[in-house]
Amino acid sequence: MNAKWRPYLAGALAGVLAVLSVVVSTQLLGSGKYLGASTTFARAAGLVEQQVAPEHVANNAYFTRTKVKVDWQMMVVAGILLGAFAASRLDGSFKLESVPPVWSDRFGSKIGVRAIGAFLGGVVSMFGARMAGGCPSGHGLSGLMQLSISGFIAMAGFFGAGVVVANLMYRKGGAK
Amino acid sequence: MKELILGLVTGVLFGALLQQGRVLRYEKQVGAMLFKDLTILKFMLSAIIVGMIGINLLADLGVIALNVKGAVVGANLIGGILFGIGWAVAGYCPGTSVGAIGEGRWHALWAVLGMLVGAAVYAEAYPALKSTVLTWGDLGKVTLASVTGINHWVWIVLLSAGFIALFAWFEKKKL
Repeated sequence: MNAKWRPYLAGALAGVLAVLSVVVSTQLLGSGKYLGASTTFARAAGLVEQQVAPEHVANNAYFTRTKVKVDWQMMVVAGILLGAFAASRLDGSFKLESVPPVWSDRFGSKIGVRAIGAFLGGVVSMFGARMAGGCPSGHGLSGLMQLSISGFIAMAGFFGAGVVVANLMYRKGGAK
Repeated sequence: MKELILGLVTGVLFGALLQQGRVLRYEKQVGAMLFKDLTILKFMLSAIIVGMIGINLLADLGVIALNVKGAVVGANLIGGILFGIGWAVAGYCPGTSVGAIGEGRWHALWAVLGMLVGAAVYAEAYPALKSTVLTWGDLGKVTLASVTGINHWVWIVLLSAGFIALFAWFEKKKL
């Protein structure tokens, strides 16, 4: 595929998939399923916590509201991993990478440093996504497709803060 | 069971498209925030144009129902900002983090673990947030059309035209 058109074409097809997903789930399941990802992390965290402290999970107000279970969206997230694996193996773009090149140019190639950064970033981003009620899939794609005000506000926060922090991290030296 | 199989099939296709769009890479995510490589914006906005037209058309025809998330300005904005901060550092959003692992960029695993912990921490903080941030500026399930009173198709045409104009500009600037 021509590199220039690749993100547009794949994106447009993802739009078709998002629409088909709602149509097919409406027909087969009786309720339209919109693409999203972050609720799955809450449910998965609950599933893990259940193994060590089932009573704590049962009494938690959030897990009473967001039921701890394997659902449609959790299978979507699992599917993303499989689909990305299959597609990257098929076109030869699969590559084992322990530290992103952009990161190692700026912060060095130590796996531990990258691990701590990515872990902390993950903690903060998911806390924020749950507070905002969604991530770039749920608010960004599904939200904007429906012209949701919540989607526009959340996306402004996502990109606004992302731009500021990424520039603080990479603008001074390091980055090409 | 039907629900789970349908989810898996949808996810596999979505993962393949994210991978083919090359949006699963750290350098693409951070590249967008640095305005150096707008691949993820091209992908997202293209998906939104197609989805916006398809979803609204089918909803108008009564084939599907919209499922708009309620707008709570405080929660959407503060949560959105926290997300953006973590996103820049981790280099992945929730969906792309698992996809990146599938593509062999296994360092995204650290981000996934952090996200699981972040979700667990949020569950603990929820009772305190429920009566504060999550009530600040609650507007209900509003859309651009319902807030402005302007027909949704006007917004769809305007946004689509705006996004396409952005694409032309991205290509001109070779972003």
